Amino acid sequence: MSSIDFPLEFPHEKPSEFSFSETLYSWVATVDHKRLGLMYITTGLLFFVIAGIMASVMRLQLAFPNQHVVQPETFNRLFTMHGTTMVFLVGMPFVAGFSNYLVPLMIGARDMAFPRLNAFGFWVFLFGGLILYFSYFGANGLSGAGSAPDVGWFAYSPLTERAFSRGASTDYWAIGIFVAGIGTIASAINVIATAVTMRCPGMTLSRMPLFVWMMVVVSWLILLAIPPLSACQIMLMIDRYLGGHFFDTQAGGSAVLWQHFFWIFGHPEVYILIFPGWASVSETIPVFSRKPMFGRSAMVGASVAIGFISMSVWAHHMFAVGMTSMANTFFAASTMLIAVPTGIKIFNWTATMWGGKLHMTTSMMFACAFLLQFLVAGLTGIMLGVAPFDWQLTDSYFVVAHFHYTLVGAMLFAVFSGIYYWYPKATGRMLNETLGKIHFWFLCIGFNVTFLPMHWLGFLGMPRRIYTYAPGRGWDDLNLIASIGVIVQAIGILAFVWNVVRSAKWGKPAGDDPWDAWTLEWATSSPPPEYNFEKVPVVRSSRPLWDLKHPQDPDWKYE
Amino acid sequence: MIQPVAFLQAAASPLVEHRVADMFKPLATPAHTVFDLSLLVMGITAGIFVVVGGLIIYAIIRFRHKEGGDPDEPPQIYGSNQIEVAWTVIPILIVFALIGVTARVVAGVQDQAEPPGAIHATVIGHQWWWEFRYPDYGIVTANELHVPITTGPGEHPTFLKLESRDVIHSFWVPQLAGKTDVIPNRENTMWLDPREPGIYFGNCAEYCGTQHANMLLRVVAQTPSDFADWVAQQKQRAAVPTDPQLKQAQRTFDRLSCIACHAVRGTPAFGVVGPDLTHLMSRQTIGAGVMENTPANLRAWIDNPQAIKPGCEMPDMKLSDQQLDQVVAYIETLK
Amino acid sequence: MTSTVLPEAPTEVQQKWKLPDRGVVGIISLIITESALFTIFVVAYLFYIGKSINGPYPKDVLHYPILATICLLSSSGTIIFAEHALKHGLIGRFKLWLGATILLGAIFLVYTGSEWRELIFEKHLTIATNVFGTTFYSLVGLHASHVLVGLTFLSLVMIVTLLGFPIQTQFRRVLFLSWYWHFVDAVWIIVFSVVYVIGR
Ligand code: HEA
Ligand code: HEA
Ligand code: HEC
Ligand code: CUA
Ligand SMILES: [Cu+2]
Repeated sequence: MSSIDFPLEFPHEKPSEFSFSETLYSWVATVDHKRLGLMYITTGLLFFVIAGIMASVMRLQLAFPNQHVVQPETFNRLFTMHGTTMVFLVGMPFVAGFSNYLVPLMIGARDMAFPRLNAFGFWVFLFGGLILYFSYFGANGLSGAGSAPDVGWFAYSPLTERAFSRGASTDYWAIGIFVAGIGTIASAINVIATAVTMRCPGMTLSRMPLFVWMMVVVSWLILLAIPPLSACQIMLMIDRYLGGHFFDTQAGGSAVLWQHFFWIFGHPEVYILIFPGWASVSETIPVFSRKPMFGRSAMVGASVAIGFISMSVWAHHMFAVGMTSMANTFFAASTMLIAVPTGIKIFNWTATMWGGKLHMTTSMMFACAFLLQFLVAGLTGIMLGVAPFDWQLTDSYFVVAHFHYTLVGAMLFAVFSGIYYWYPKATGRMLNETLGKIHFWFLCIGFNVTFLPMHWLGFLGMPRRIYTYAPGRGWDDLNLIASIGVIVQAIGILAFVWNVVRSAKWGKPAGDDPWDAWTLEWATSSPPPEYNFEKVPVVRSSRPLWDLKHPQDPDWKYE
Repeated sequence: MIQPVAFLQAAASPLVEHRVADMFKPLATPAHTVFDLSLLVMGITAGIFVVVGGLIIYAIIRFRHKEGGDPDEPPQIYGSNQIEVAWTVIPILIVFALIGVTARVVAGVQDQAEPPGAIHATVIGHQWWWEFRYPDYGIVTANELHVPITTGPGEHPTFLKLESRDVIHSFWVPQLAGKTDVIPNRENTMWLDPREPGIYFGNCAEYCGTQHANMLLRVVAQTPSDFADWVAQQKQRAAVPTDPQLKQAQRTFDRLSCIACHAVRGTPAFGVVGPDLTHLMSRQTIGAGVMENTPANLRAWIDNPQAIKPGCEMPDMKLSDQQLDQVVAYIETLK
Repeated sequence: MTSTVLPEAPTEVQQKWKLPDRGVVGIISLIITESALFTIFVVAYLFYIGKSINGPYPKDVLHYPILATICLLSSSGTIIFAEHALKHGLIGRFKLWLGATILLGAIFLVYTGSEWRELIFEKHLTIATNVFGTTFYSLVGLHASHVLVGLTFLSLVMIVTLLGFPIQTQFRRVLFLSWYWHFVDAVWIIVFSVVYVIGR
């Protein structure tokens, strides 16, 4: 089918005809959703390596008690920049990147609803990220308190007020993330408009791929969750530059208000981060199990339910601030209720594998590890959700363990599953499976060696965000083990980086449909032409390509 | 008190140090209540993990496609409403059970009424040390909170009022209670009732700036009579030195700007920026736990605290050797 | 793997297949996200009512901005007339009603400006005075900045129309702009109730 008799040539199919500057220009000026998607994901991966190296330095400092690898301030900047980068400059571009690349392809559209808004969103996002990193050079404010921000990724007031954070570093945090947020919102509006208004004929909402459904839910969450963060940052800037008192506790301001506003953003945010992961495995698990998604409509319902419930649980990050027992109980209850729709998802993925024929590609291995690690992450989340238990666990390494299981063990693993699955589509070449297995095993083992011990560190009373600790408090061995795990992880990541770079040139040609898959993106060439589909497709079920490949037994008979 | 013999023994032997702050070895009611709840919660989650994780692993192993196996697609199954209902309803039941016990424990710990005879202390968080005030006794001390142990139910627990002078801190001694944040412009409360005499280690548990890591905390739980002795001793003003050299040393101290930040009750020093030094030598550590309170350490601290706790709010005072000798000599009299 | 040939959608199917206008979805999304932003500022205002530790307090310095409110709310009406005129191709009337809308919006802004001038220079309430000042100027200012953005776009439409651009071809966009304007008005009702009614 890939024989396209269209008179245009595209630069990345025939790069030799274009000079370097022309190629560069064509990428910078592009409004093509696929290129923007790839740019988002590449940016995210670059930032991931940077923030991962920061984490490695932190683990080096914490490997032994009383280490002097870095200064205290430097350590504080490292975890702030690590957390901020991972959340805003790694997780968020994955959301935007995956949805940009795949949503139009999966719904049989030729572009996004607002292509130029899309390009605007990317560049604004990148600019925000650069502002944040410019703090390393630019934030040596008059009083010399500068360099990168050191207030933690949730920047609790009043530590961020002028009195306690001099110089300009906190301003770089607030403005950089504010600007990046505008880009994120632009991209979310675009995804919603695209999925709602540009589906190809026959693709009713009930036939829309789960991936697209989840991306719509995540965009909805972005619309509602990012503005509270922006509001926080505006208020902080008013405090810092105009002498306002929103969070100025000396003048009647409230320190807890920031926490409420931040977590009204922050909790939906963590679901925003996991959604692209969920969306990816909702495609890869069925394809590699050779079965349709079990309980599709239940999956959609669960996603939407999570979208709503996740907006009413924010104060579970604040069980220790001294809320009333009523409030604590309410937020504990709503938090635990999320286990129900999330459980539905886990069960449906498992049921999809049940009775299937699992093809253990690298992509599928990441998806399987995701399932188990997300189960652990979710169950530790429940432990945190039990308010009294959280009084002990909050701000300890147990929380660090919980959220790395969600963010690395679940989100990142699922994203890798997606990358191994769609890389052939985006580049026309397969990723190397041997390198892929190396990547998988090293990352999986390294990850668990790093983060499993952290649960016990939490039980033994180790608080988070400490740059050093004294020997003899029961933390020495576990910290050393955790640090060793990082080396193993880094080998895995190196294998991945090499795989991606190498396969772009020397990978096995993929063909249009290497996985024998069922959604529309596999019906066009790899990489797809700029206009995606030569003909406007029409679909009759949620697995249009299954219908074509199995005319005797099509899906639409059952839906 | 009740058993004089046991009390004598306790007084004779030094207090046990609970350096490893294991939250699963609780030694006070709030921590114990949470511990009981946590066992239940961990039991349930472990059970779920075993069942669900087992199913996932079973599926991965059992349904693997064998190389060269039957190339046909497996039966296409789209779902089942009964099954969906089952795995919706069962988690809902579990969650409701969890909510029920959570609600009970929250109310039990948080809404605990203050019994008569409770000890009162005010905890004031500073960057990066703790100030403890006992309003009923007029005592001010730092970094080591002394409380009496509880031998019977409801017997003199300590009720803490938590305030902060600057940013948010969090009071956490895992073996005694969960943490409660120490927030400026807001008054929080919590309570503890240690069962056994001992020294319980804890930390500031909310990131509060550069030296958050070295904002350590100790709770010294004593038998009621030891506690009473301690109170009596702390109530006294600083001893006035009689030795002429020490007198000279005190004059040096009083002329330095130390007194702008530190208080020594009974002398011209009444600063409130730093820890009260009136009975410094009765404390085990200096600098909120960064080091043991030994003469050498004390000297090193006063010489240059920035070398020991970089970024802390006490500046390098650049004392001459002679001044340093005198100041240290004087401070060592503050028993 | 074998490539699959995708069936082309027959023309009648393509024509029958109707989905919502993407502009509609876009503008509704924008309004939702803006509402979330305002909600936080409104909540902050409500939270800080009566928490100022020094004066001036709202009851001392605020009076109802009746005229400004009437102007802004009626501009929602005039823009509907403008929209109707445009729909029926009556460019003259469209210009008239659009001009009226711009004028009413501008009066509102001028009023806000003079209110702020009075508060700052005569009543000595600035954004740094107390939490009332901080929340007041942020919330009212956030709203005013939205009025300003709306006015800018309305003026742009006005200018291109006066320059002879066939604005009726852009009816959709004008319609979306009017929705945004209604939204700004609706927010004012909330700001008004919170700041001038509840907060006093
Ligand atoms: C991808 C991100 C992600 C995800 C998906 C989650 C998911 C969950 N999280 Fe987590 N969380 C974070 C990222 C995430 N979290 C981050 C980053 C922080 C720290 C921020 C910071 O402080 O820096 C945090 C912190 C955090 C806290 C605050 C801790 C503290 O600081 O004191 C709490 C407390 O309740 C919590 C709870 C939960 C719960 C209940 C879930 C639930 O969604 C989990 C639901 C899933 C399951 C339960 C498993 C599957 C279900 C079944 C098999 C059904 C049967 C189960 C039952 C009946 C129980 N999380
Ligand atoms: C997506 C989110 C994400 C991810 C992926 C990670 C990944 C990792 N994180 Fe992090 N983390 C957070 C989100 C994330 N983290 C957040 C939100 C916080 C809270 C911050 C705060 O408190 O404010 C945090 C905090 C945090 C802490 C706690 C700090 C503290 O409280 O004091 C620690 C400590 O160990 C840590 C470690 C790690 C490690 C070892 C990894 C590893 O998995 C990283 C693995 C990656 C590498 C090791 C990179 C290696 C790559 C190479 C070496 C290749 C070289 C490159 C080329 C040649 C091109 N993280
Ligand atoms: C600008 C204020 C300031 C000045 C001046 C100052 N200190 Fe301090 N001092 C502090 C603070 C703040 C701490 C607590 C530091 C910490 O633990 O983070 C402290 C701690 C101490 C401690 C340890 C107390 C304890 O309980 O841990 C001693 C001893 C001490 N100072 C002695 C001195 C002497 C002697 C001088 C004068 C030569 C002096 N200080 C001058 C602010 C000051
Ligand atoms: Cu005080 Cu951390
Ligand atoms: Cu949360």
